Amino acid sequence: MRTKTNIILAGVGGQGILTIAAILDTAALDNNLNVKQSEVHGMSQRGGAVQSHVRISDKPIYSDLIPQGKADMIISVEPMELLRYLPFLKKDGYLITDSNPFENISNYPELETLYNEIKSHKNHILIDAMKIAKDLGNSKATNMVLLGAASSLIPLSDESFQKAIATLFERKGERIVAKNIEAYLKGKEIATELVS
Amino acid sequence: MKKLLLGNEALAQGAIDAGISGVYAYPGTPSTEITEYIQKSKIAQELKIHSSWSVNEKTAMEAALGMSYAGKKAMVVMKHVGLNVAADVFMNMSVSGINGGLVVVVADDPSMHSSQNEQDSRYYGKFAMIPILEPSNQQECYEITKYAFELSEELGLPVLIRMVTRLSHSRAGVVTGEKVAQNNIHLPKLSTQFQLIPMHARGRYQHLVDIQPDMLEISENSNFNTFHEGTNTTIGIIASGIAYNYLMENFEDGECPYPVLKISQYPMPKTTIKQLFDTCEKILVLEDGYPFIEEGISDFLGEKRNVIGRLSGDIPRVGELNPDNIANALGFDIVINENLPEVVLGRPPQLCVGCGHNDLFNAINALKNESETQQVFGDIGCSALGVLSPYESINTLIEMGSSITMAKGSSDAGIHPAIALIGDSTFTHSGMTGLLDAVIEKTPITVIISDNSAIAMTGAQDSAASGRLISICKGLGIEENHLKVITPLHKNLQENIDVIREEINYNGVSVIISQRPCVQLPKEKKDKLKEYKNVSIN
Repeated sequence: MRTKTNIILAGVGGQGILTIAAILDTAALDNNLNVKQSEVHGMSQRGGAVQSHVRISDKPIYSDLIPQGKADMIISVEPMELLRYLPFLKKDGYLITDSNPFENISNYPELETLYNEIKSHKNHILIDAMKIAKDLGNSKATNMVLLGAASSLIPLSDESFQKAIATLFERKGERIVAKNIEAYLKGKEIATELVS
Repeated sequence: MKKLLLGNEALAQGAIDAGISGVYAYPGTPSTEITEYIQKSKIAQELKIHSSWSVNEKTAMEAALGMSYAGKKAMVVMKHVGLNVAADVFMNMSVSGINGGLVVVVADDPSMHSSQNEQDSRYYGKFAMIPILEPSNQQECYEITKYAFELSEELGLPVLIRMVTRLSHSRAGVVTGEKVAQNNIHLPKLSTQFQLIPMHARGRYQHLVDIQPDMLEISENSNFNTFHEGTNTTIGIIASGIAYNYLMENFEDGECPYPVLKISQYPMPKTTIKQLFDTCEKILVLEDGYPFIEEGISDFLGEKRNVIGRLSGDIPRVGELNPDNIANALGFDIVINENLPEVVLGRPPQLCVGCGHNDLFNAINALKNESETQQVFGDIGCSALGVLSPYESINTLIEMGSSITMAKGSSDAGIHPAIALIGDSTFTHSGMTGLLDAVIEKTPITVIISDNSAIAMTGAQDSAASGRLISICKGLGIEENHLKVITPLHKNLQENIDVIREEINYNGVSVIISQRPCVQLPKEKKDKLKEYKNVSIN
């Protein structure tokens, strides 16, 4: 079977989308797959729009950037940032996002307009990942909830995701590892309910 | 085992494994992570590789040349506009040549993600008549860097590695190889080599000219320049560096039917280019940055050779390449299912919550209301965000250090108040010499050094200015009565406005140091900075 996934991660500088990227990279390498992952450093990191292109394949990957119309999914930690990359989404591709806005511009759009636009897509997972993470007692794990929600759409095993989370948070101790895996599993559970 | 590395990190690992004894650099996006990787590397620490930041790109390159003179291998790293600062030594060290291997790494920023222009460093390489290497992927970043040091020592010349943002900041699995030993100290064999008085320089320059054919021959046989046969000769394609990846992305499993010449080493391999010309109906040139190759191989009068690319308009003249604009040039359809919804608004970068620049801009804006003629000359770094809404405090932003000297020139022309606004690290990088110009002529300008004690925009690296600003300003001749320190906090707004107003009204040079640590700094560094606060002006 051919494994090939193009994922766009979206958010605002400082929201930590690179943690999701790092877990995807680690899990893919662990499965002996090829990875390319571009990221944004520099000026935009100061509260601007940032994105990361993650490409996973069993064949050689050429471009560091995903061509337009070729992303299998967009995972976003912010609803307006999700929509910024729609031209990259392939037909019937998936949209996975946290519903909480990051309002650091004065004319931020009406939330309902953003939600309606997201809901007009057949394949979307719109969840309050921040609240889910908070309820689990770890508000910093919003990203892990979203990763969990997207995980069943990504051709990497549940085991390799958990292993990658453990590797990434190892330095911070067992408790933090467990908390992040818990958030990941909760996201996965909620998405399964939503999609079925 | 593959390591997951940024292009920048792969390059840095290549330099460590090539046996460098020092890396010299000033931070600048997209080049910063190269030096940071070496700073954090345990092996680099064990090998005692010098890696602390330099004050600017010129001092960095000169120090690297000094290390090379002593016989050891050195690397110097900067962003593209940094090479303008280092251009003096860059142009002259190709004439002197080097002793220990010396590699200059310059990261260009096509599309200007974090820069004020998209200048293409390959022109500098050609200008200095030295070899240029342009890796196309992360693995090549590693290998090309090791090779660059061999090439540098073989030719006795500095070698330029040209990176671009997307390669610098993209990760992939990289396999590393064997380590080469560091050099021992050994002085140049020829005692006149580094003495560029005209009588010696002429000989060195003649030598540089004489070895150009050798450089071409090496490039023609380089493993980094590869030729792929193709059956469809309606187009022959030349793709340099990262452009090669975007090209291959457009073909299933990278099976391109057209002949392709991938260029990652310059001078351009003439024989293979001629082969393409002889066998193909037209040539498509794909290169990130300026149309360097396209211009080089096009017929000036455009009569004989059918070359297309950025100059012909088949590829956009400005901005970075991507798989899509190359697909367009190849005549492929791009299926975009959805357009950007109108509801999505731009989200420009902005100051962090709690940033001291914010309170300084508020004070400057209050004074703007008092004087319609006030002009504020800004500078590079986080303080440049004062150009944007909601502040709109800054009238100009050109390059490192220009705030002070542009304020001086405008004051000479009759502008008042002329305020220069510059960050602490930008001041030590390129502002100090300009301040001396103003001191000598007692030009009525007000220089505000917004001192957050960090090179903030690139990730809060240590600033050479920390704890030294008062003594530097006094040393340059700023009078004690007109050297002020303020703390940009909301509660101090009125007091700060008063201090700035008073200095604007002084008929000479004033310096106001607006001091509040960058919010990105870790606590232990902020605590250390408190010690500097107690330094008194008198």
